[in-house]
Amino acid sequence: MKTAQEHNQSYNYAFLDEPSKREIRRKTLKAVAIPGYQVPFASRELPIARGWGTGGLQLTLSLIGDDDCVKVIDQGSDDSVNAVSIRNLVQETTNVSVTTQTEAATIIQSRHRIPEVPLTPEQVLVLQVPKPEPLRNVESSEKRTRIQHGEKNYNAMWLELYEDIVKWDHALFDADYPVMVHGRYLMAPSPIPRWDTPKLHQSSFLTLLGAGREKKIYAVPPYTDVEPLQFDDYPFQVESFNSKACTRCGSTDVFLEENTDETNGEVHYQCSDTAYCNKVLDEKGGR
Amino acid sequence: MSLVESPLLSIRNFYKKYGDGCLFCTTDSESENPYMDGNRCLECGTVWACRNLNFDLYQGEILGIVGESGSGKSTLVKSLFFNEEPTYGEMYLASYRDGEQNVFDCSHQTKRYLQNHELGMVDQNPYHGLRMDYSSGGNIAEKLIAADYSHVGQMVERAEELLEKVEIPVARMNEPPRKFSGGMQQRVQISKALANRPPLLLLGEITTGLDLSVQARVLDLIRTIQQELKVSMIVISHDLGVIRMLTDRTLVLNQGRIVENGLTDQIMEDPQHAYTQLLVHSLL
Amino acid sequence: MAYVTVTGGQEAIEAAKKLADTYRLDPQQPPLDPSLIQKQMRLLVDRIMSEGGLYAPELASLALKQSEGDTFEAAFLLRAYRSTLPRNHYSHVLDMENMRVIRRISSSFKDIPGGQVLGPTYDFTHRLLRFDLMDEHLSRDDLSALEESLPDGVEWRDKNLTFTKVAGILRDQGLLGRNPALSDTEPPFDITREKYTSPAPRSARLQALARGETGAMMALAYSSMRGYGAVHPTIGELRVGYAPVCIPHPYQEGESVYVGETLVTEVETINKFATNEESGEVEFFLGYGCCFGQNELKAISMAILDRSISDGGTAPAEDEEFVLEHIDSIEANGFVSHLKLPHYVTFQSKLDRIRATKEKQNGGE
Repeated sequence: MKTAQEHNQSYNYAFLDEPSKREIRRKTLKAVAIPGYQVPFASRELPIARGWGTGGLQLTLSLIGDDDCVKVIDQGSDDSVNAVSIRNLVQETTNVSVTTQTEAATIIQSRHRIPEVPLTPEQVLVLQVPKPEPLRNVESSEKRTRIQHGEKNYNAMWLELYEDIVKWDHALFDADYPVMVHGRYLMAPSPIPRWDTPKLHQSSFLTLLGAGREKKIYAVPPYTDVEPLQFDDYPFQVESFNSKACTRCGSTDVFLEENTDETNGEVHYQCSDTAYCNKVLDEKGGR
Repeated sequence: MSLVESPLLSIRNFYKKYGDGCLFCTTDSESENPYMDGNRCLECGTVWACRNLNFDLYQGEILGIVGESGSGKSTLVKSLFFNEEPTYGEMYLASYRDGEQNVFDCSHQTKRYLQNHELGMVDQNPYHGLRMDYSSGGNIAEKLIAADYSHVGQMVERAEELLEKVEIPVARMNEPPRKFSGGMQQRVQISKALANRPPLLLLGEITTGLDLSVQARVLDLIRTIQQELKVSMIVISHDLGVIRMLTDRTLVLNQGRIVENGLTDQIMEDPQHAYTQLLVHSLL
Repeated sequence: MAYVTVTGGQEAIEAAKKLADTYRLDPQQPPLDPSLIQKQMRLLVDRIMSEGGLYAPELASLALKQSEGDTFEAAFLLRAYRSTLPRNHYSHVLDMENMRVIRRISSSFKDIPGGQVLGPTYDFTHRLLRFDLMDEHLSRDDLSALEESLPDGVEWRDKNLTFTKVAGILRDQGLLGRNPALSDTEPPFDITREKYTSPAPRSARLQALARGETGAMMALAYSSMRGYGAVHPTIGELRVGYAPVCIPHPYQEGESVYVGETLVTEVETINKFATNEESGEVEFFLGYGCCFGQNELKAISMAILDRSISDGGTAPAEDEEFVLEHIDSIEANGFVSHLKLPHYVTFQSKLDRIRATKEKQNGGE
């Protein structure tokens, strides 16, 4: 673990100046108080690019303290270059410890996945959000989408779903499946696969969502209803892997990524959550 | 209609201005105001589109509102559908809090709820009332979704039933209204407005721009529907012919004021106000 | 082993950084001194400062060196650095009448009080490559000779030219309306501290435009002039010069403190006339543009966009949200380039949908 003296002294602790972090925390509190509502915030420029996790990173940096232990994953992997880059920045500008173990982390910043291991009330999940506005595909103007949220007018989104079903006999929303939060606000859960969506419903942990480029913070507090848009006769469906198993650890009840072997063209499946895969392997004594 | 029956809809002291208003035009007396040219203030240019409108609508009744363009009738109907905010005034719906709550004072969310559940609207321009690139069935479903339907199968069934009623072949249900003629588009709008059986239907100048024969069919359709469903309606038109054919009672609007109010037949037979006389005579 | 999510991320990042340095450097050449960039890439430095939103010529030069001349990357570096600095003061509204002018033209009036000052510009040069610059040698004496050959001789540096504003002439004649004045006593809406929502306060709009990406703003302004919109203005005045910056005195009420000067380009365009709704007078409407450094294309584009947004309409350049949300170099750059990040999970989710749809189509269900 780095000591306070060791972190990069040319910059502030956790990069941002204190008033900025305070503002982000205030906006975060508002987001927690109004589940699913997108709170606008100024969004500071960070040394990583807009659209690469700056919303999540600002949340992490504003919350982080010496007792924290941070895990950063990108599409399930701790070792993906962008996850590494974000983790390095957190480490360089603070003195907190980092981990790849889901259970050991107090803050988990993630791009597009929720870990397979159930999170606990002591943990905070920070999701990076590219497009915070669930209505954007049906309404391009922010001014009008704000009115639609104010009036709880989500007819256009439901209609989109209806038209998909009439035309294709099922919903076409893939990742980032729109959800209703506690019966009030329609929310983009960030591009997590549908597989992860139910994990947000009545969860024991706090989920914070940050969109740096679009300058929005929103939240799903613990024990909040999160329900995917669905019609009675066409229930929401998660991705199907037809009971395929991970070729490394053998898990079947996880989100899998499919990969094609370059040499023989065979399709393999592997856990998207690499930390989980390693954990299962370790428990089996396979590593 | 018994005397104790309470109205489905009541409008009280309804005003709508476009502009800031000023000392010269904010006082409203029935007598001639020298600072105003009709409903336009000569001092500040503000237009008082609606001035002190009061009326009731009863269950199953069809109320006509007639007046030339600029008389304030479109502003009124837009406000009743919550697409415009009145400057002041009160609106009571029997179905909402026993008609005790001025719904103009309610939150936007409540107004949207009432619009979705209690009202239906057919716009003068089908391009405003329909999503031209979505299927016609989808357009009807949108109104059903808004009124909390949550079963695709039931919605498809209801859309088929409605399209049949308005004489659009069910086979064309998946086509977007953009491909339809003006008369067909209006009929899709009518099915959409009626989809969730709202107690009150607002009809804009629905026959504008339609051929006479098509107009007659649309009006016929509305009459049939009304007889079948007993829905209350407010019909807006500049055309006394339309008003005579559809409505029981009529308000005559001129420069934002109600100048005459009575049974439609009576108004047609014996118009009292000079403006109404002009309208009636130009019809004959 | 099958292809898996990029592993060894940590090592890969380090290696890529080193490799970039080897591409940037050549043992046969001295590394670039940022002060050379600051002087000899003057206009590029100006552009980076205005897009980065920080008046710091030295740091902008460093950013250009570090990014091998990539303007998007350099503006981004500067903006990220800027974001670590606390906001200590809001300056008074710049007093442009007291600008030390180096260039000033009007395309509305031939004779303007003080006259046209062409200043440093390439506007009227032939765009021929000057091959003599391939191997340029300049001694101190050569430079002195160059200065002495100027009409004003070596005195040009000491000429503190200040001029009244051209717009003032029209205003005095009652032909020009005023944009809603920015208050000098209330702090402006600060877009670095708060997110604006449309319709944005005027101060927020001008800030967003002043930090916009030059090329993006030019394209939108061009669209408005060419036919998607209606703004084809006349330049009332374009001036480039050093404007004094003052902040309120921290202790003495009503006093102000001079803290330095910044090179800025300011443009006021004169547009079609209309009736001012407030005063009822028929007046010309102004477009206002101002940005750090000498960046005339950007300042003109800003003035056009300021006007087209105020007028409103259905063209892209007339939609405030459309313009302000899409001209920021840092935001656009970040989101477009994020497509290079892995999208394995989201793509897997998409694959699932297309396969299920195909199955349905083939009568699988």
